[in-house]
Amino acid sequence: MTRPLPRWAELALLPLLNLVLAMAVSALVVLAAGQSPTAALHALAIGSFGSWDAIGFTLFYATNMAFAGLAVAIAFKAGLFNIGVEGQAAMAGLGIALVCLGLDASLPALLLLPLAILGSAAFGAAWGYVPGWLQARRGSHVVITTIMFNFIAASLMVYLLVNVLIQPGQMAPETRRFATGLAALSSFGFPGRSPANVTLILALLAAFVVWVLVWRTPWGYGLRVVGSNPEAARYAGIDEGRRIIVVMAISGALAAGIAVNEILGVHQKLILNFTGGAGFTGIAVALMGRNHPVGVLLAALLFGALAQGGSELAFEMPDLPRDMVVVVQGLIILFTGALGALLRAPLARVMARG
Amino acid sequence: MGHQVADIPDVTSAQGAGGAPPAIECRGITKRFGHVLANDAVDLVVRRGSIHGVIGENGAGKSTLMAILHGFYPMDAGEIRVDGRPVTIRDSADAIRLGIEMVHQHFMLVEPFRVIENIMLGAEGGMLLAGGEAAARASLARLGRDYGLVVDPDARIGDLPVGARQRVEILKALHRGAEILILDEPTGVLTPQEADDLFRVLRALRDEGKAVILITHKLREVMAVTDRVSVMRGGKMVAHRETAKTSAAELGELMIGRRPAAAARPAPATPGPELLSVQDLRVRDGAGVERVRGVSLALHAGEILGIAGVAGNGQTELLEALSGMRRAESGTIRLRGEVLPPCDAAAMRGRGVAHVPEDRLRHGLVADFPAQDTAILGYHGDPMWRRVLGLISNRAVEAHAAGLMATHDVRPAAPRLRSSLFSGGNQQKLIMGRELERAPDVLLVGQPTRGVDIGGIEAIHRRLRAWRDAGKAVLMVSVELDEILALSDRILVMFDGRIVGELPAGADERQLGLLMAGAHA
Ligand SMILES: Nc1ncnc2c1ncn2[C@@H]1O[C@H](COP(=O)(O)OP(=O)(O)OP(=O)(O)O)[C@@H](O)[C@H]1O
Ligand SMILES: [Mg+2]
Repeated sequence: MTRPLPRWAELALLPLLNLVLAMAVSALVVLAAGQSPTAALHALAIGSFGSWDAIGFTLFYATNMAFAGLAVAIAFKAGLFNIGVEGQAAMAGLGIALVCLGLDASLPALLLLPLAILGSAAFGAAWGYVPGWLQARRGSHVVITTIMFNFIAASLMVYLLVNVLIQPGQMAPETRRFATGLAALSSFGFPGRSPANVTLILALLAAFVVWVLVWRTPWGYGLRVVGSNPEAARYAGIDEGRRIIVVMAISGALAAGIAVNEILGVHQKLILNFTGGAGFTGIAVALMGRNHPVGVLLAALLFGALAQGGSELAFEMPDLPRDMVVVVQGLIILFTGALGALLRAPLARVMARG
Repeated sequence: MGHQVADIPDVTSAQGAGGAPPAIECRGITKRFGHVLANDAVDLVVRRGSIHGVIGENGAGKSTLMAILHGFYPMDAGEIRVDGRPVTIRDSADAIRLGIEMVHQHFMLVEPFRVIENIMLGAEGGMLLAGGEAAARASLARLGRDYGLVVDPDARIGDLPVGARQRVEILKALHRGAEILILDEPTGVLTPQEADDLFRVLRALRDEGKAVILITHKLREVMAVTDRVSVMRGGKMVAHRETAKTSAAELGELMIGRRPAAAARPAPATPGPELLSVQDLRVRDGAGVERVRGVSLALHAGEILGIAGVAGNGQTELLEALSGMRRAESGTIRLRGEVLPPCDAAAMRGRGVAHVPEDRLRHGLVADFPAQDTAILGYHGDPMWRRVLGLISNRAVEAHAAGLMATHDVRPAAPRLRSSLFSGGNQQKLIMGRELERAPDVLLVGQPTRGVDIGGIEAIHRRLRAWRDAGKAVLMVSVELDEILALSDRILVMFDGRIVGELPAGADERQLGLLMAGAHA
C-alpha cells in the first residue's frame, strides 16, 4: 500500500529524484563503456543548450515531444492509453499534403497555411476518433486498436507515397515540394540556424488550451470523472462513451502538431516516417509529466534536449557507442515511467519521519 | 511510557485477570494529519479471549488507530505491545507476522477468483499451488467446523452475497494465523441475519482465546456482543467500560460528550399530490438478470416512503432506474403526472430528482478528487461556479464546498482534502449535503445513514423529515429496520423484485420482518 505524499513532493521532488537516479545509472553505463561520465554529461549539456543553434534544435524536438505528450496525457485523463499518436501524426501529415498539393497554386500562404493546419488536425482527429468510437460503442480496447491503426497508417503512407503522391520521374517516395512561397514556417525571429519555428508557439498554446479544457470546463470535469471513477460518471449522468470518442479525436488532433512541426515547419513536402518515433516518446513524456500540461512541457524539454544533445554526443565522443543516448532515454523512461513509484515508499517513510 | 489519563477509570489496566499480558496494549498513540490530530495520546488495552468494542463519532479516529495497529500508517508517537513485548509495526506484513489481521469495511478480495484461491492469497505455500491448496482446503474445513464459518471453497467471490464475502475475509485472516482480529464497521452492509451469524463467529473466536476488536456505530451491537468497550471522541480515548456495567445510554453520552437530545416525536405526514409514480417497472442488472419484476408505486409530496427489504431484492436496481442511472426494461415513470422519456441521471437531476446513492464510494464520490470537486459531482455544469467565459472557477467551487461543509457539519471542513481521506460518515454527510443543497422536489436516498454515527444519524433523519415537512417527497431505501420504522410515513416491502406489502407508519416490527423474509401469500 502506498501512503499519499504531499503534493509538491509528488509533483516535483519525486520526478526529480527519478531523473537523478536515471542519470546516475546512465553514468555507470558510460563508465562501463570505458568513457568519462562527466565528459559525456558535458557534451550532452553543450550539445543541447550550448548555443542558439543547439537551443533551437532542442526546442524543435521538444515541440514534437510536447504535442505527443499532450495527446497521450489528455486521453489518459479519461483513462485511455492512446498508443496511436504515431499513426495519428502520420495521417495528419497526409492531411497537410492534400491541402497543400491541392490548393498551393490557388491560395496565398496566409490562407493556405492555416487551412493546412486545420487539415492536419482533422486527419489526426479522424484517426483518433475511429479507435475511440470502437472503444465506446463496440468495446474494442483502445490500446489494441490504436496499435493496429499505427500499422494501417504506416502501410497507407507507403502505398500513397510510392504509388499515388510520388513526384513523377522521381525515385524517392515523397511528394513534390509545396509551393507555399516560403522556405519553411517562420522562425519568429529565433536567433541562429535551426528548424525551430512557430509551431513551438502553437505547442505552448495547445498546452494552455488543454489545461483550460481539462481543469476548467464542465466537459473536462466529466472527462476526469470518467478517468478516475466511471461508475461515478454514470451516477452523475456523464456520458462516458461520448467523452471517450471526443477525447480520442482531440488527442489525434494534438498529435497533428508533430506533422505541422515537421512537414510545414521543415520539409515542405510529405516524406515517409517523418514522425521518427516521437509519438511513442510521447508516452514517456506524458508519464514523466504526470499527465499535466506543465509537466508535459517540462518533460518535453528534457526529451528534446536528450534528442538533440544525444546527436551532438555521438559527434563529440565517437568512441561512445551511438546507442548510448537511446540507453539513457530508455533509463529515463524506465525510472520515471515504469519504476516511477520505486522511490515513493522510501520517500514517504523519510518524510513521515522528518 | 506508562501513559495514563487520570480521570478515566481504566478498567482494562495492563495486567489481565490471570496475570497474562494483554494481547494488545497501546500507550500514548498519536497521529497527526496536517491540522487534524486524528489520534491524541490514545491508550487501548485488549485482552485475549475478549471482544472489545471501539466506538465514537464519525472522525473520532477509530479507523486511524486501527490503521496504525495494522501498519498502514506510521504513528507519530506512542508504544504498542503485543503479548507484553514492545513491537514496531512498519507495514501490514509486520502486522500479519504478529497475528494482527484486519477485516476491511471494503473487502479486499479478488472477485473473479474462487474462495479457496482468495484464502491462499499471501499464503500460497511455495512455487506449486497444489500443496498450498490442499493445506488451505484442510484448514478451511477445520475453521468451518470450529467456528461455524461455512463457505463453499469453489464458489467464485463475484457470485457470493456480502455476508459470505465477509466470512471469506475472516477465513483468510484465520488461515494466516490471526490472533488479534480487527473488524471495522463489519455490520454496515449486512442483513440482520448475517450480522447475527457474524456475532456467533466472533463469540466462538473469543472462546478460543483470540482477541477481537469491533468498531461499530450500533450501540445495540456493542451491548449484545462485546465484553469491554472503549470510547473515542475528537481523537482522544475518553472512557473504558465493562459492557456489563454500562448502558447504551451512558455510552451514547460518552460518545458525543453530552446527553443526547430526546428525539422529538415527528409530526404525522400531510401528503400532498402525487409527484413521482411508477407503473409495472422492470429492470435488469448489468448481468442481464431481471431484478425489478413489475413494481408499481406512487410517491407524494410531503411524505417519506420507505422501501424495506433484505439487501439484494431489487431495491438497488429500482433506485438506479428512478435516478436515471439505469435504463428500465419496460414500464412507465411519471413525474408530476407527465410520462418521462428515458432519461440519464443528468436529465433526472435537471427535472428536480436528486439521488443519494447506496454505495457512496462507488457512485457518490470520486476518491481522487478534492472534496470540493466531489461536492459538485453531477452539478458540475451549474452556472453558480462558472465565471469568465463560462469556465469553472476553483475559488467559487471551494467557497461553495466550504458553505456546504458548514451547513452539513462535514468534518474536517477542508474543501481541498482528498475525498477518500474523509471518514466514512463525513463522506456521507458531504454527499447528502450536495444533493439537498439543490432543493430537489424528489429525493431518492439509498441507505441514508450507512456508517454514520448516532449524532449524525439524528441530524440526517432530522434533515429528511424537514425536507418532507417542506412539502418535498423522499423515497428511501434502507436495509435497517430501525431506520425504516423511525422515518417512513409509509412502508413498502420489496422481496424478490416485487412489492409484497404496504404498511403504515409505526408498523409492527415483527410483521415487517416477516414480509421482508418473503413470508407473504
Ligand atoms: N490520510 C489522512 N489524511 C488526512 N486526514 C485524515 C487521513 N485519514 C484520516 N484523516 C482524518 O482523521 C480523522 C479521523 O478519521 P478516522 O477515519 O480515523 O475516523 P473514524 O473514527 O474511523 O470515523 P468514521 O466513524 O466516520 O469511520 C478525520 O478527521 C479524518 O478526516
Ligand atoms: Mg472509520
